[in-house]
Amino acid sequence: MIDVKYSLSKHIVSGIRAIFPRRTAEYFALIGLILILSIIVMAIFAPLIAPYNPIKKVGDILERPSNKFILGTDGLGRDILSRIIFGARTAILVTFLAISISLSVGVFLGLLSGYIGGKFDSVFSLIMDAVYSFPGLILAIVLTAMLGPGIVNTAIAIAVIYTPTYFRMVRGLVLSLKESLFVEAARAIGARDRTIVFKYIFPNVISSVPIVLSLNAADAVLTLAALSFLGLGLPAPTPDWGFDLKAGHAYLAAKIWWPSTFPGLMIVILTLGFSLLGEGINELLNPELRR
Amino acid sequence: MRMASLKVYIVRRILLAIPMVFILLGIVFLIMRVAGDPVSAILGGHAPQEQIQQIKEQLGLNRPLLIQFFDYLGQLLRGNLGRSLIWGQRPVINEIWDHFPATLELSVCSFIISVIIGIFTGMIAATHPNKPLDHTFRLYGIITYGLFIPWIGIMFQLLFGVYLGLLPIGGRIGTLMEPKIITGLYILDGLLTLDFDSLASAIKHLILPSLTLGIYLSGIYTRLTRTHLMEILEKDFIKAARARGLPEKVVIYRHGLKNAFIPILTMMGLQFALLLVGAVLTEITFSWPGMGSLLFERITYRDFTTVQGTVVFFALIVVTVNLLVDIVYAYIDPRIRY
Amino acid sequence: MQTLLEVRNLKVYYYLEDGIVKAVDGVNFFIRKGETVGLVGESGSGKSTFGLSLLRLVPTPGKIVGGQILFNGTDLARVEERRIRLLRGKRISMVFQDPMTSLNPLMRIEEHLMETIRIQERLTQKEAERRVKTLLSEVGIPPERGKDYPHQFSGGMRQRVGIALGIALNPDLLIADEFTSALDVIVQFQILSLMKKLRASHNMAMIFISHDISLVSEIADKIALMYAGQIVEFAPAVAFFEEHLHPYSRGLLDSVPNIELSDQTLSYIPGMPPDLINPPSGCRFYPRCPEAEDKCREKDPPLIEVKPEYWVKCFKYERKRR
Repeated sequence: MIDVKYSLSKHIVSGIRAIFPRRTAEYFALIGLILILSIIVMAIFAPLIAPYNPIKKVGDILERPSNKFILGTDGLGRDILSRIIFGARTAILVTFLAISISLSVGVFLGLLSGYIGGKFDSVFSLIMDAVYSFPGLILAIVLTAMLGPGIVNTAIAIAVIYTPTYFRMVRGLVLSLKESLFVEAARAIGARDRTIVFKYIFPNVISSVPIVLSLNAADAVLTLAALSFLGLGLPAPTPDWGFDLKAGHAYLAAKIWWPSTFPGLMIVILTLGFSLLGEGINELLNPELRR
Repeated sequence: MRMASLKVYIVRRILLAIPMVFILLGIVFLIMRVAGDPVSAILGGHAPQEQIQQIKEQLGLNRPLLIQFFDYLGQLLRGNLGRSLIWGQRPVINEIWDHFPATLELSVCSFIISVIIGIFTGMIAATHPNKPLDHTFRLYGIITYGLFIPWIGIMFQLLFGVYLGLLPIGGRIGTLMEPKIITGLYILDGLLTLDFDSLASAIKHLILPSLTLGIYLSGIYTRLTRTHLMEILEKDFIKAARARGLPEKVVIYRHGLKNAFIPILTMMGLQFALLLVGAVLTEITFSWPGMGSLLFERITYRDFTTVQGTVVFFALIVVTVNLLVDIVYAYIDPRIRY
Repeated sequence: MQTLLEVRNLKVYYYLEDGIVKAVDGVNFFIRKGETVGLVGESGSGKSTFGLSLLRLVPTPGKIVGGQILFNGTDLARVEERRIRLLRGKRISMVFQDPMTSLNPLMRIEEHLMETIRIQERLTQKEAERRVKTLLSEVGIPPERGKDYPHQFSGGMRQRVGIALGIALNPDLLIADEFTSALDVIVQFQILSLMKKLRASHNMAMIFISHDISLVSEIADKIALMYAGQIVEFAPAVAFFEEHLHPYSRGLLDSVPNIELSDQTLSYIPGMPPDLINPPSGCRFYPRCPEAEDKCREKDPPLIEVKPEYWVKCFKYERKRR
């Protein structure tokens, strides 16, 4: 009896220990995940959480943070806390949209180009390299300026910046895998090209994606914030962190710090969440080896 | 033997850069004409048809795209980027040239700050692995990447400008100052003309923006230096160097850092685009009259030609810098060219 | 001949996440001026760690936790870092296995040599250059090639550079850690010949660490055989090959197939080397020893001097002192 109890409690303890992060990297990933999920929750349940309507004037302009308006009001008398909560929606929505587009297009084109090879591949790679080496924000600025405001347009503009990243990664993997033996073997047993791509190459490619994905998401949040900071991308009354940051900038000299500080803080938190997650995953998958 | 192979490499590299330039210009060109109607963008979309047609004629936008493209390239080779559409229609190239030194000054300063901070913090982290210093700097590297530049800038402005009153929060030089301009780089000009008031003012104005951008960019170098230096310090030739009785400082700097420097240099090149992006945001936050501010301003005013010219200029800078970085890389690492 | 280096009960442990690896656990050793000792053992026997510890180059998480390393009256295990550094390269030098990675890829060959020489000795530029040229010729490298970078040299040539660096300051003792293990057989032979020539001309003692017994037999005066962090047999080379008294040595040498016999079953030593985190409490070879007794499981045998200059760490020879 005593033996059973002992081994049981030992199992419970090691089970709990297993969930708890041990290495620094696991801490990073965990914190990152918590941050991201909190903001997603904020976005989803915004109407329930936010105390006021984010686009209506509910108080005097530029009121200090108080019990009534926890983070104060902005230059148009809107509650900053509510605007931040609803701002999570645009941030999450545009980011995920942009990432999905660039991921699917980039991976697809990468697979295609890598597999087909030849002139098609050369031309495409050159184009992708050109876009990749160009300062992303500037490209996005010009695109949004030309495409016009709107969530979808902004997402597309941001997606264009990151597509080459996935393209290059996938194409590189396809090229090296193309030469590798198990594809030869697959072909030797008569597998069709399409099967080869999906069954053999695709799964190998997938494993490198999560890290790049997190880091790109972090970047996308920053790009979106930058675009709305510049007044591009999203139409005016939409609650958006970058936009509010800019709006609050004008009042700085008068020591009115709250309209800018809080939206900016949210941007930093979300970006940090993605960065930490990416770092953590990277450490976990490619740990620093100590002999 | 050494010089010859370097020259060959340079020529080859330049030849590779040319198609890149073409493609970039093509992309910019396409976006400016195809992604939306530039004229409507200019006129705000509510203008009558005749006016739209008239302006299109004037800008030559009705001709087939290819012809427009080659015409534009031709103009480009002659240094003609068109004329601004607003305010007296100065040649775009003049507008750019007026704003370029400010961006240059900010970029160079921020770059130097970022590299110094980054390499030093990375080195300290790499030489004290898994101790608290290491963890701190690793976190530093991750956090700085996530900092939104306008936000850091604004926090700095609040702290140092508004609350402490130590440093100015906008502009490049005191509004009442009239610096004598030689190169357009106020700091250099101040030194050259011995105008110490201007110099002091210029430096004071440069501190916050370059610190903002510098800190933001440094994180990458911290991480890179740490990773690569740690990797290199595990290598055999480091062990062999120590076994020969070389002092630790020599081992770390001459053998360790020098080898770790190569991937750092590559990153500097890759980071150049990030530097430009950061510069644009920093300029807007601090009202720094550089090319970022120019771009932003002219987009707001729908000055199509200037916007196009500025973006083209950015593209050319990027290609040139990438080219130069590759060449320096080949110079430092003999394995590349032999 | 007087003793150059004496090691007493040296213990070097690695403090890892999984446990403490006792890589060197109570090693006694000595070497005389001009002698060459071949330190032989399989991977994991602790021979490399031993070599590194002599110059205090054991990488963290390793530490010297006990024992003494006596060189000219100084205990190298205890002395300050500064003094060890003065010794490195100058009195005791060490050369390593991998020609690819032992040289700084960004420095020219002659720069490696110049650096070493000028840091330790006060020479003018010209004097140093002359010394470098001499060294290069001594190891068989045409002096003009000093301007090349490591990647332009072949493996054998890089090892020659290694030797040049090792003898540049005329050390009393050279430690070669698996120095020829990454070379092909023909180059190995050339390098060994070179080393034999140089040890005579420079009157150097050598500790030649290797897993290859037959290679070591070409160059060593004495053989020290390591197993699981301890030296189990330490004898003059000829005597060792003739008698190989320790059961482990017997197993090793017997397992080498005889080229003259046509029909052989390969013999081998059953079992595996012990886990160094929890080594057996008695004799470490006990689990695999064909001649083991109960006493061997309980107590760890000492190094017994079976005859002059011949030590074996085995209870078999406890009363057999001749």
